This record gives sequence, C-alpha cells and structure tokens, in this order.
Amino acid sequence: MAGEISDAIIRVRDITVQFGKTRVLDGLNLDVKRGEILGFVGPSGAGKSVLTRTIIGLVPKIAGSIEVFGVDLDAASAAERRGVERRWGILFQQGALFSSLTVRQNIQFPVREYLRISQRLLDEIMVAKLGMVGLRPEVADRYPSELSGGMIKRVALARALALDPELVFLDEPTSGLDPIGAGDFDELVRTLQRTLGLTVFMVTHDLDSLYTACDRIAVLGNGKIIAAGSIADMQASQHPWLRQYFHGKRARAVMG
Amino acid sequence: MLTASFRDALEVVLKSGNFLNRELARRYQLWLVRDRFYKASGVRNLTFFQGAHICRRVGKVSGDPTLERIARGNALALCAAGSWTARFAPMLERMVADAEKLSGTRPNIFIDVSQVSRLDTFGAWLIERLRRSLTHGGVEAEIAGLSDNYSSLVDEVRRVKAEPVVDADRVTITGMLEQIGRAVAGIGGTLIGLIDMLGAVLSATAHVIIRPRGFRLTSTIHHLEQVCWRAVPIVVLITFLIGCIISQQGIFHFRKFGADIFVVDMLGVLVLREIGVLLVAIMVAGRSGSAYTAELGSMKMREEIDALRTMGFDPIEVLILPRMLALVLALPILAFLGAMAALYGGGLVAWLYGGVEPEAFLLRLRDAISIDHFVVGMIKAPVMAAVIGIVACVEGLSVQGSAESLGQHTTSSVVKGIFFVIVMDGVFAIFFASIGM
Repeated sequence: MAGEISDAIIRVRDITVQFGKTRVLDGLNLDVKRGEILGFVGPSGAGKSVLTRTIIGLVPKIAGSIEVFGVDLDAASAAERRGVERRWGILFQQGALFSSLTVRQNIQFPVREYLRISQRLLDEIMVAKLGMVGLRPEVADRYPSELSGGMIKRVALARALALDPELVFLDEPTSGLDPIGAGDFDELVRTLQRTLGLTVFMVTHDLDSLYTACDRIAVLGNGKIIAAGSIADMQASQHPWLRQYFHGKRARAVMG
Repeated sequence: MLTASFRDALEVVLKSGNFLNRELARRYQLWLVRDRFYKASGVRNLTFFQGAHICRRVGKVSGDPTLERIARGNALALCAAGSWTARFAPMLERMVADAEKLSGTRPNIFIDVSQVSRLDTFGAWLIERLRRSLTHGGVEAEIAGLSDNYSSLVDEVRRVKAEPVVDADRVTITGMLEQIGRAVAGIGGTLIGLIDMLGAVLSATAHVIIRPRGFRLTSTIHHLEQVCWRAVPIVVLITFLIGCIISQQGIFHFRKFGADIFVVDMLGVLVLREIGVLLVAIMVAGRSGSAYTAELGSMKMREEIDALRTMGFDPIEVLILPRMLALVLALPILAFLGAMAALYGGGLVAWLYGGVEPEAFLLRLRDAISIDHFVVGMIKAPVMAAVIGIVACVEGLSVQGSAESLGQHTTSSVVKGIFFVIVMDGVFAIFFASIGM
C-alpha cells in the first residue's frame, strides 16, 4: 500500500467541486500511477472534464487536496507550480491551438518560453514532433483555421508533447477522428508512453481506446469513482452502468 | 580478440531468436561496435565478456549530460552520458555543435550512448543530428549501446528530415511599397463591400415589409436595449460634460469683448447642429459598432453564420437587420438626450460661472436657435447610425478564423465607422448650407 502511494504521480483526495447548487464531484479519490495509461470513462455530463480541469487547476474546488509529482498544488509556491506545469502536457478537447499562430509557432511556443535554444533546433524538434503525431512537415506553416479536425487534434498533441512532459492529460483525444485515425492515435499514445515513459490520463468514450491503449480504467459516476481496475475487472463488474457500457451493442462489436 | 567463426556462431544464435535475452543481444551489438573501435585504434586484446567500455562508467546516474571524446588511432568515440533531456537542451545543443566539427577527422566514428541515463525527444534528436553530421564520405557514424526502451524513440527521430530553416519575411522597400499599394487598392474594395451590404440590408428590409412575419421583433428590442437604453447614462454624462466645457470656454473668451451672453448662441447652434449628434455617433461607433463586429465575427469564426444559411435563413435578415434597425432608432434618441444634457450642462455653467440667469439663458436660446438647427441634427442621426451599422456588419462578416483577425476587424470597424461619420457630417454640412437650412 505504501509503495503504491509513493508511486502515484497524481493523488486526488476527497475533492468536491460545486457549480451553484449542483455538486459535480463529491469527495472523489483517485490515484494515477507512474508510467500507466489510465482511461477515464463515465456517462456524458458526469464531470470527467471537470475532474481533469480541477486537477490542472482551471476549476476551483471547495474541498480536498491534489498532489501531482508529489507536490500539493494548493500549498505550492508559484515557482513550484510552474515547475509542475512544465512537466505536464495537456490536450484539450477542442485542441485549443492559438488561432493567430501557425502550427510551427504553436508547437514551438512552450519550448521557446522555457528553453533557450537555437531556431534551428526549434524547427527540427517541431518537425520531429509533427512526425511523431503522424503529420507531414508541410503543415507547419498553416494556421489552425486551415486544418481539419483530426489534424488539429494531432497538432494539439504535438504541442502538449513539445517539452517532453512526464504526464499528459488527454481530453477525448479520439473524438472526431475516423476509426483508422483513432486507432493510429491509440497506437501513437502507446508508443509515446513506451518511448518517453509517459504517464497518460485519458478521458475517453472510445471503447477501442480502452481496449487497446489503456492499462487501467477508472469510472466516474455520481461524483465519485465507482470502479477502477483492468478491463477484465470492468467486464466482471455488476454495476448497471458498467454492465451496459461494457456489454452493450457497441462493446460487443469491439470485442468481436 | 574473437575468432571470426565464433562471431559467426554468435550471429547465428542471435538471428535464430533463441538468445538468452534482449539485454545480452544489446551487449553483443555494443561489443561488436567496440570491437571495431578497438581494432581501428590498434588495441588487439578484447574478449566478449570483458567490461570493454570505450567510455568510463560515469558515477552519477541522472546528472548533467556529458559528451566525452576518446580518440585512438583511426577511431573516435563520443561517449554520451547523463540525462539527455529537454531540461538540458541548451547545453546539449552546444556540446553537439562542438562535436559536429569533428566530422571527417577520422574514418571510424562511434557514438556510445550506453551511459545515457535518460533520453527524450530532444536528446534523441541531438544524437541523431550528431550521427548525421559525422557521417562523412559514405562512412556512417554508428550509434552503440542504445537500450531497448529508447530504440523506438531513436527510430522515430531517425525518420525526421532536417529541413532548411525558412527565413521570416524580410522588410524590404518594395515590400512596403507593395503594402501601400494594396492598402490603396483595398479602399475600393471597402467601398464596394459597404454598398453591397447596404443593398443587402435594403433588400432584406423590402422582404420584411412584404412579409412582416419574417421580422424579428424580439431580437430588435433586445438590441435596442443594448445600444440605446444601456448607453443612456454614459452618453448623457459625456455630453453633459462637453456642454459644460463649451460653455466655460465660451464665457472665458467672450468676456474679453463683453459678449458673455453670446455663449448661448454658440452653445445652442453647436450642440443641436453638430457636436450633439457627432459626439454621440462617435460614442455609438465605439460602443455598439465594435460590439456588433465582435459578435458577428465570433459567430462567423464558429461557423454559426454558415449554420444559419444552411437552415435556409438569411443571415442579413436574422442577424443584421434587427441590429441595423435598433441602431437607426437608437441614435436619434441618444442624440436628442445628448443635446439636452449638453444644453443643461452649458446652462448650468453659464449660470454658476458666467452669472447668466436661467431665465435669461432660455430667452436668449429661444432667439438664437431655430427649429432648423434641431431638425438638421435629427436628420443626420439615423443616417450616421446606418453608416456605423453597415461598417460594423461588413467588418464582422469579414473576420477570418483567428483571434487576431477578430481584433483587427473590430479595430477597423471603429476606425472606419468614425471616419465615415465625420465624412457624412461634412457632406451634410455642404448640403444643408446649399439648401439654406
């Protein structure tokens, strides 16, 4: 048990988030272990994105504590917080690329801010990152408004990975991608996880992703984690929503 | 030194896949490279399981990165150690740039990465870049001792094609001239755009008159509230202050000639005819014109306008007509309120500062101004509102996909709006002068 705790890269304890009178998260606990890909599922509107945004500090919580890389984000000084922020990368649901910067500038932006390196190396790293997410260097000088939805996702992932973070948050990375693209994306996340030793926190609805990419799955319901474990655990669970989710028509199609 | 037959045997074992484990395979590969290194450097006593590191083992595991050079005879080994990660990228880049100068100095070059404790894309790419620039005259520099975890990362960066750095657009005189030319040519485009929008709005108006059910009353009232009702406090306050200032300055200077009372003439004509409506129009352009552009622009960015069009609605009729109508109704009301506030402010200052009694002020005002002055002001107001509205809508609809573009068009909406308002005022001045109003 003690080993597990020290191994957790994210520790969420008893967090409660409330919007007006609606309680979205209610005393939620969650650990994400170093080096794993955690798939995070739950019904629409259950607060998956809210949890992600709470962990990264965009949504205020009314109770509980969050530790990332062993740093308590509430107690951290501004410098410590920046240190943590530099070590994580975030892929927003809509990409959130800077619309007035080109793809090249978008990917180079965090690198340029944090590291003093030559323009040549910046360009080479940018091309390498584009290659990693499966894009050709030719897109580098396009603006986000000139990209397709899937390309925006990929560029946004490249930007999230720009500084080679240890932890990546992916908010529905495969939504809006064609099945082949989504499969490639899962494969990509797996590869990156292996090569860079990434820890991945992935909010997803994609059953394929759960089966092929994720090491562990956590399920959100009624503001709490209702189940966490391997895909086999999920299938064995008797919880009604889980039964429907993992034994529904679509799930059967995925399992073949 | 191993015999050739033993090495062949090892290779057979390796290829057959029955080898003990991957670690041993890695060691074998590393050893082969080292063997070649020592051969090239003239050392001839190496056994397979001998430590045989080209590089000395570096004590600390996750320390600063280093790149050591070991040159022997014809061989050169570059030993990378420490953590080759983004954090150390500036340092790594300098080290690699230094090492790149060694290209071509020796026929056999090896890069030993077995001592690298951590590697990420930055480190992997710099090692790959080093390998490429040391590859000289058909002899490839070799990377040895790559651990299994990192081999896929290195494979990934190996696929990167280094592209030449593209220079940013230089500022040249011809380029600047070209920009001026384009801007001048753009004026024609702007005018055509305005006339186009005017036509579209008129045609939508005609459409609505024929088929009144298409008129959006709720939307119009909503916009009326935004641009008229909510603008009243600020418009009244500013015109009140302007009235005060005109009056004070007038009295201050007219007093020298003993003509204090003529300040009422000046105030009345100026406020009702020119300042009242012009000032309010400028405020409305800044306040509501910019809001229209920003609203329409962000709707355009998010494809909301396209969505309307595909549902069979005319965006002009749904979005622009209610806004235009609200503005055309609002500006005369605001101009009237503004003129009253300015007169009130002017009268107050004339009384308190210039000693002109309110009764005297009103009597003088009645003599000084005719209904014409008021009518001229009120006729101008809706026309200026239409100009502001059309400029704002044209700018809003020409917003492209980026936040920067939204900002540019909002700025340009206000600037052009104010410009056209002043131009219209001049045109009206000439017109009313020639018809003797």
